[in-house]
Amino acid sequence: MSEHIASRKLYFVVFFSLLVLTLLTWQIAYVDLGRWNMVVALIISITKTVLVATFFMHLRWSASMVRLVVFAAVFWLAIMLTLTIGDFFTRTNVQPWQSSATVSQPMAPGVKR
Amino acid sequence: MIASRRKYKLHNSQAVIAEQFDDRTQQHEAASLGMWIFLATEVMFFGALFTGYTVYRNLYTTAFEAGSHLLNARIGAFNTAVLIGSSLTMALAVHAAQTGMRKRLMAFLASTMVLGGLFLYIKFALEWVHDYRDGMIPGLHFTYSGPHASHVAMFLCFYFIMTGVHALHMIVGEGVMTVLLIMAWRGEFSRESHNHIEMFGLYWHFIDIIWIFLFPLLYLLGAHY
Repeated sequence: MSEHIASRKLYFVVFFSLLVLTLLTWQIAYVDLGRWNMVVALIISITKTVLVATFFMHLRWSASMVRLVVFAAVFWLAIMLTLTIGDFFTRTNVQPWQSSATVSQPMAPGVKR
Repeated sequence: MIASRRKYKLHNSQAVIAEQFDDRTQQHEAASLGMWIFLATEVMFFGALFTGYTVYRNLYTTAFEAGSHLLNARIGAFNTAVLIGSSLTMALAVHAAQTGMRKRLMAFLASTMVLGGLFLYIKFALEWVHDYRDGMIPGLHFTYSGPHASHVAMFLCFYFIMTGVHALHMIVGEGVMTVLLIMAWRGEFSRESHNHIEMFGLYWHFIDIIWIFLFPLLYLLGAHY
């Protein structure tokens, strides 16, 4: 036995869950929640990703070596996002063509301009 | 040794373990590991685009919402459903391969190709052509004249590059599936030997995951306007 064979019923359950989550994220987008719209959308997207990766991509039954690679991919993505976004959110945004007198404020998430 | 090699050549579907592996488990794990390492590089590839998107979305929030409002969220939602459907048929194709059902494998591979083709048709023929007519393509035909027009153009650049690269991955997938379908038709897969199908499944589901993030980030951002 070299691999686990998942039941087809499970695949259909995952499929319908993904469809329901798609409908949910689509309809919630029309409700104005301010900056929480994006948070809700991302939570739903991450949930869908976990469903696809766990069952469709067989991570539920994968070797720990394979899971380590998945963890590494997500971890390195997190490094890239965290450091880049941290930089932009905490530093004053100086453009080369701006004089120091007209320098804009550090950008904060959700501030419209 | 020579005899077993000849056997490998003559009955490809019967002799299923390549020389360098001890058993099927090891062979299967090696293939999975290699495919996932490739997918990890893809995560970094798309991750750079997502990082750039995040930075500029926060710099020009209003313009990005205005740009997103130009897109048709209904078509985006429908295409999401189509792609999820193709992921289901791909998962069922892998199941058919694991249980050694050749005709069912071919049917599900063909269904996946049709659903993937439908997604690409909607994306190019219904969306992009429409976008061109509406003057939404920066540099080619751009007629948006509202406030922050240059930043709306930047959002649309992200839209075309991200969905374009995603579509390119799908076109590559359609090509690989054509080859897999021919191999399945020739009877090159069996209950013991179907790593190709399973590894391609990982790739196809990965494309699905990318779209799962693209849909809310691009189409739903400005929906509540």
